[in-house]
Amino acid sequence: MEAADFNSADPVAWCPGCGNFGIQAALKTALAELGKKPRELLLVSGIGQAAKMPHYIKANFFNGLHGRALPAAAAAKIANRELTVIVTTGDGDCYGEGGNHFVHNIRRNVDMTVIVHDNRIYGLTKGQASPTSEPGLKTRIQPGGVILAPFPPLETALALGCGFVARGYAAEREHLAGLILAGIRHKGFSLIDVFQPCPSFNKLNTFDWYARRVYKVGPGHDVTDKAAALALAAERERLPLGVLYSRARPDYGELSGLDGMKPLVDAELDNIDLSPALADFR
Amino acid sequence: MSEEISIRITGEAGQGIVAAGLMLCRMYKDSGRHVFAIQDYMSRIRGGTNFFQARAAAVPVYAPREKADLMIALDKEAVASNKSALAPGGVLVLDAEKSGIKELEKGWFNAPIYALAREAGGPLYANSVALGMAAALTCVEFDKAGEAVRNEFSAKGGEVAAKNALAARKGFDYAAGNMKARSFRLAAAPHGRNCLLAGNEALALGAISAGCKFYTAYPMSPSTGIMDTVADYAARYGIIVEQAEDEIAAVNMAVGASYAGVRSMTASSGGGFALMCEGLSLAAMTETPLVIALVMRPGPATGFPTRTAQEDLEFALHAGHGEFARAVYTPGSPEECFLAAKRAFNTAERFQVPALILSDQYLAESVTNLEFPDVSAEPPDRGRLLKGDTGPGTGRYSYSPDGVSPRPVPGRSAALAAADSDEHGPEGHITELAEVRLKMTRKRLGLKLAGLAKEVLRPTVVNPGSKTMLCGFGSSLGVMREACAAVKDAGFVHYPQVWPFPAAETLAALKGAGRVLTLEGNATGQLARLMRRETGLEPAGSVLKYDGRPFTLDEAAAALERGN
Repeated sequence: MEAADFNSADPVAWCPGCGNFGIQAALKTALAELGKKPRELLLVSGIGQAAKMPHYIKANFFNGLHGRALPAAAAAKIANRELTVIVTTGDGDCYGEGGNHFVHNIRRNVDMTVIVHDNRIYGLTKGQASPTSEPGLKTRIQPGGVILAPFPPLETALALGCGFVARGYAAEREHLAGLILAGIRHKGFSLIDVFQPCPSFNKLNTFDWYARRVYKVGPGHDVTDKAAALALAAERERLPLGVLYSRARPDYGELSGLDGMKPLVDAELDNIDLSPALADFR
Repeated sequence: MSEEISIRITGEAGQGIVAAGLMLCRMYKDSGRHVFAIQDYMSRIRGGTNFFQARAAAVPVYAPREKADLMIALDKEAVASNKSALAPGGVLVLDAEKSGIKELEKGWFNAPIYALAREAGGPLYANSVALGMAAALTCVEFDKAGEAVRNEFSAKGGEVAAKNALAARKGFDYAAGNMKARSFRLAAAPHGRNCLLAGNEALALGAISAGCKFYTAYPMSPSTGIMDTVADYAARYGIIVEQAEDEIAAVNMAVGASYAGVRSMTASSGGGFALMCEGLSLAAMTETPLVIALVMRPGPATGFPTRTAQEDLEFALHAGHGEFARAVYTPGSPEECFLAAKRAFNTAERFQVPALILSDQYLAESVTNLEFPDVSAEPPDRGRLLKGDTGPGTGRYSYSPDGVSPRPVPGRSAALAAADSDEHGPEGHITELAEVRLKMTRKRLGLKLAGLAKEVLRPTVVNPGSKTMLCGFGSSLGVMREACAAVKDAGFVHYPQVWPFPAAETLAALKGAGRVLTLEGNATGQLARLMRRETGLEPAGSVLKYDGRPFTLDEAAAALERGN
């Protein structure tokens, strides 16, 4: 497969210079490398600029409600475990509106890859603070600067036992494509938080701002060492990119028995014999 | 010889009142009686006062009575809070020592319930002592009580079952030996209504029979019984039951699995359903089939968690932002719950709309004996679901004369499956175009509603043209049926589906009626308003009950007498 095999005819509605373009390119590269056909892929999103991504990639897609991508995606994967399920979501969508689902779907550990376009601002609603905004960031709603402590997605995911935790950067397309591919190949809930500059509304965390801070985690990092991963995730001055943590653990399909069943979608619905159940009520 | 008897076993939570009640039901059913039993309990796991009241009769019964002829109270508080419900000439059995009651009122009878329980193994067995006493006091042979005990406790192991059987035996022997003069003789007639079922169980069996393979919910009384029953049979029927982190997750999971081609369902009560409203709207916009059971309890807010109401009719009709087509089923019996579930799955898939099933605590948890409905009724009809190599479609939301488009299954059909909560064009991509908006609204709303209206379940109409016609929906079926049989010149109309509203059928059913009254478990007459809005016919009044308790036959009959 080529990246162009995943081109969609739908015209893109992002601002020029948006970090989403880099993520889109990286995703197509990863999908080409993965080698699955569009009909074997399901892209799920909520609402936000990131959530438009499924319209711009040729695949099955479910563009649902703000904050609710994860439950819909998890259930679709449960319904058909043969689908490759990828969620494209944002910091507001996934960590704010959908925070409860973020927590519990890491616990649920359904095999899917969650790419969070983390621009640390609300783009679609024009520039309010997001859960990951820097304290002090001034917006029309927060004229004195953001006072809430930022939500730490990577540390939260690690604390919850997430089996694959990575951070990418929209400007590092090839690197990000590698993270996405590794996330897809990891069996279980994979989190990839992606730094995404928003030239329209986030004047603080710009491409230049990131360029001065990001660095790639070196080969010396043991990705199965959770303490080391937590230490990397806690860095605030320099910002590590790469797979922070990756360790196999039983996923939902294995623990629920789903892996031993025919995919639910293929179940025969005609002539279900109710008599064994009815016997209990006689 | 009595035609019927109502028996109330009462005590605090944790004393096994429900187990005793279920055993009573089985005992009467197996000894040639019909039963109808209600559960009245507090929102607590231990303490308080609960009761289980079974009505047993030689003829089919469908509603509770106001008073109990025989009452067995397991503690002092149970005596105090239930004595006013003792029928004239009724018998109340209590343990004076345990209850600390020194003076017995007329009809009260002291029995060493706890001494007998201790002889059998401990105070926990008092409920089985009570069962044995009820058997003796209503002249049921002990074998039927013993079988009921074995059935109830066999899963808990031989010792537990044996001790309970011993307790029942001791209760039976004591009552037969010492209280024979106080016993009732109850008529019996062999019957084939051999299933013992509550509404929640019937609804769950309907979902299983319909091919529901993914059930997800957040626990909330009184809807949890549906999840319990589906979970009991999940392994056998290849169903995944997933407890959601909240009702928002539940509804979005149900939509997600349904989008992926699997029959899916969720359920809740008012508060949880309130959280599902955006997801309901999502199902409508994405045209994804969705089945939700709303098992009502009194609100607002937390309300009465374990009691009954029909307060959410208008809520169910209007829930979800925006305008869209839906179906709302309001089954009136366990049989109708079973069929409504099967119907709801078909409607949801054929029209690609949300289908709601309204039940309530009373219907959900009242136990009755019945002949199980035909399981082959309403075979699965998946509508325009595309599976296999059907070739690329013309777009997920392509326009069609009936508003329903082909629905590809992701990974199973050649066409890609699109779903979008934004306004979208035929291909499923976001649009801002006014003309597309108009066409899509017409598709989702007008065209689908017209199709749904053609298939609406017809109301049950009994004794049309009577001087008084009662109208009700959902759980009031049984009480209206019995009340109208008991009172002269009375009939009723019962709606097993309230949306789309069967307006023409309503006008035909009420033609020539004297007085039209609605009978509803709410404070404002929501059905009366719906009828007026949809037909122009204004009911003369409403019989309303909103104290959290179900209508009794006595209340409904009295209301009819007043009406006449």
